[in-house]
Amino acid sequence: MPRFRAKPSSFIAPATVALVTALLIAIPFERSNGDTSGVISFLVSFLTFVAIYAIFTLGLNVQWGYSGVFNFGVLGFFMLGAYTAAIVTKEPASGSFTDYIGGFGGDLNLLPWLSSEQWLPHLVGLAAAAGVAGLVALLLSVTALRLRDDYLAIATIGVAEVLRRVVIEETWLVNGTRGLTGIPRPLGGLVGSTDYKYLLLAICGGFLVLTYFLIERAIRSPWGRVLMALREDEMATEASGKNVFAFKMQSFVMGAAIMGAGGAIYAYASSSLTPEVFTHFFATFLFWAMLILGGSGNNRGAIVGAYVLWGFWTITLQFQSYDLPDLLQTRMPYIRELVLGGLIVAVLLLRPAGLLPQRRQVSIWVERQLRRRPAAPAGSPTEGASSNR
Amino acid sequence: MILLFLIWAVIDRRDAVVIGVVEGSILALGAVGLTLVYGVLKFAHFAHGDSMMLSAYCAFLLLSGVVSGSRPGVDAEVLPITVSDLPGATTEVWKFSFGYGLLVAMALSALVTSGILVVLDRLVYRRLRQRKSGIVIFSIASLGLAIAIRSLVLMVWGPTPRKYTTTVRENIDLPFDITILADQLFILAAAITVTVLAYILLFRTKLGKAMRAMADNPELALISGIRTELVIALTWALAGGLVAVAGVLLALQAQLDPQLGFVLLLPLFAAAILGGVGNPQGAFFGGMIVGIVQAVVVTFDFLSPGYKFSVAFVILILILLIRPRGLFGARL
Repeated sequence: MPRFRAKPSSFIAPATVALVTALLIAIPFERSNGDTSGVISFLVSFLTFVAIYAIFTLGLNVQWGYSGVFNFGVLGFFMLGAYTAAIVTKEPASGSFTDYIGGFGGDLNLLPWLSSEQWLPHLVGLAAAAGVAGLVALLLSVTALRLRDDYLAIATIGVAEVLRRVVIEETWLVNGTRGLTGIPRPLGGLVGSTDYKYLLLAICGGFLVLTYFLIERAIRSPWGRVLMALREDEMATEASGKNVFAFKMQSFVMGAAIMGAGGAIYAYASSSLTPEVFTHFFATFLFWAMLILGGSGNNRGAIVGAYVLWGFWTITLQFQSYDLPDLLQTRMPYIRELVLGGLIVAVLLLRPAGLLPQRRQVSIWVERQLRRRPAAPAGSPTEGASSNR
Repeated sequence: MILLFLIWAVIDRRDAVVIGVVEGSILALGAVGLTLVYGVLKFAHFAHGDSMMLSAYCAFLLLSGVVSGSRPGVDAEVLPITVSDLPGATTEVWKFSFGYGLLVAMALSALVTSGILVVLDRLVYRRLRQRKSGIVIFSIASLGLAIAIRSLVLMVWGPTPRKYTTTVRENIDLPFDITILADQLFILAAAITVTVLAYILLFRTKLGKAMRAMADNPELALISGIRTELVIALTWALAGGLVAVAGVLLALQAQLDPQLGFVLLLPLFAAAILGGVGNPQGAFFGGMIVGIVQAVVVTFDFLSPGYKFSVAFVILILILLIRPRGLFGARL
């Protein structure tokens, strides 16, 4: 994972981003016959979801990119966050075809000023979502994380699958396959419904920026330096007296809480949730692909990965509206998945550091120390390039 | 505790136990292959369930020559000659719903699947090995391959489930009041035969010894003159054979479904970890236990059948909590 490159081929990342951006503007422009407002609203909703998915990718980066914790069940934390936030903000269930627990939206209108019914339940929901996801991560780390890295991966897949089944089977819990609709939107009364999309983009983007700076700040602290040392050389970190398990657990829980919060934001932005959306492919694999493509261990890489990959996803969706031969048209969804699966393998083989490679920052000091001593064996930086984890 | 549960289940829920044994024997085959790969190559092979599904579809192609056509719901024949064209290949044998053609298709599919897994190892995993990547990178790559395999199957055969034969399945009566489908008896017999063959290969041949040595200590195996790359390729080939038999038998028991690969992942890993990673006998019994517990638990009134595969997860967490090295110890 720590990939040191003497000369990062720096043009690939900007070129990819430019290509995706060009296609994202050109295709809707062509489809709507040059209607600029259509293109803008397309881009606004695209960017909103990029911001949301980037939150998950950042959460995954805290786990995998920084401390090498292996979470294959992003779906589980996503669902926990989204449904927790939904039942906190919604009104209690009514009507014969809806059934779910909770519905605290009305009770949370505590502050008599600033029209708090439009944002206070959402904040509480966000906190609850992060808390629940973090709690589940804590339980999982006690059972699986202390054993082996790959056992945690299997256990997180398991949690995700069980949660998915619970949501589908237990109709009293969150309304089963009928799903939850009408999740109140944050600050919904502030602007008109046509302009709400800009506000939503601002909220999601703002939350992404907040998350980004929080993580960057945490990584620059002594705690973060241990995490970075961990991802670069676990054994050396343990040898210098750090409790590796505790640090891994903390980063797993922190990442899960970020994912839970991302789930809450997703629930607010899409305002309805159905179990069909939450597939392992969409809600786990896609985020892994984003992170690996962008560059594990690099927060900006995680965001760029989310942008490029969701761009690819959206563009290929647009392809379907063109007049393609039947053979291709009916298989488009599978071709996209195939490309994505192949992409992961290709990135791992050809450019394991991703679009924005992350330099080693802690263990590099060891090499510098070695080089200072004249008789030391040559630990040249190029040799470090092979030290993938 | 597990023994007590099994005894109670045999007395109280005999029909469910019979189904569980049949499904368990299929899981056992898959889990033996999984545990071999896990033991020799040291990484969690997340494409195992999807390889199983791919091999079942491969046998389907060999039998019928059919893939989806350009429009959904319309099939197209692509193979000029299929196994079914062999004289008498589709005539039903005894009370089974299939002829000897299925066995031929199964054997051919085993060869193809072994080949695919070996080629994937050459293309992907060996290059990661040469770079000395961590086990986690291997697992992510295998997840990417799992997605690729699944979408490939969806592309070629479409999302609707398929069956090998459509004839009526006959029941047969066994002693102790057990009624079982003739096909299920075949599944059980085939699974046990293949397991015995795999056992002989692993414990009575030099190759098996080399594999077990590699699982034990790769460096030591290398200096002792074992050709590790060859052993790795043969491990994949063996796993591919087991996976193919398991996949075909599973498709015979249920049906061919592209979603099956991911669904199977949890039971397979639960079986492998239950038996102890790298322990083939353990994986066999682990598969049996997971199969039986799954089948019995869904007969409980308070649990909906939708939770069938979640049972494997509960078993997995329990085993990780109580005995992380597995019931039978982790060794090969």
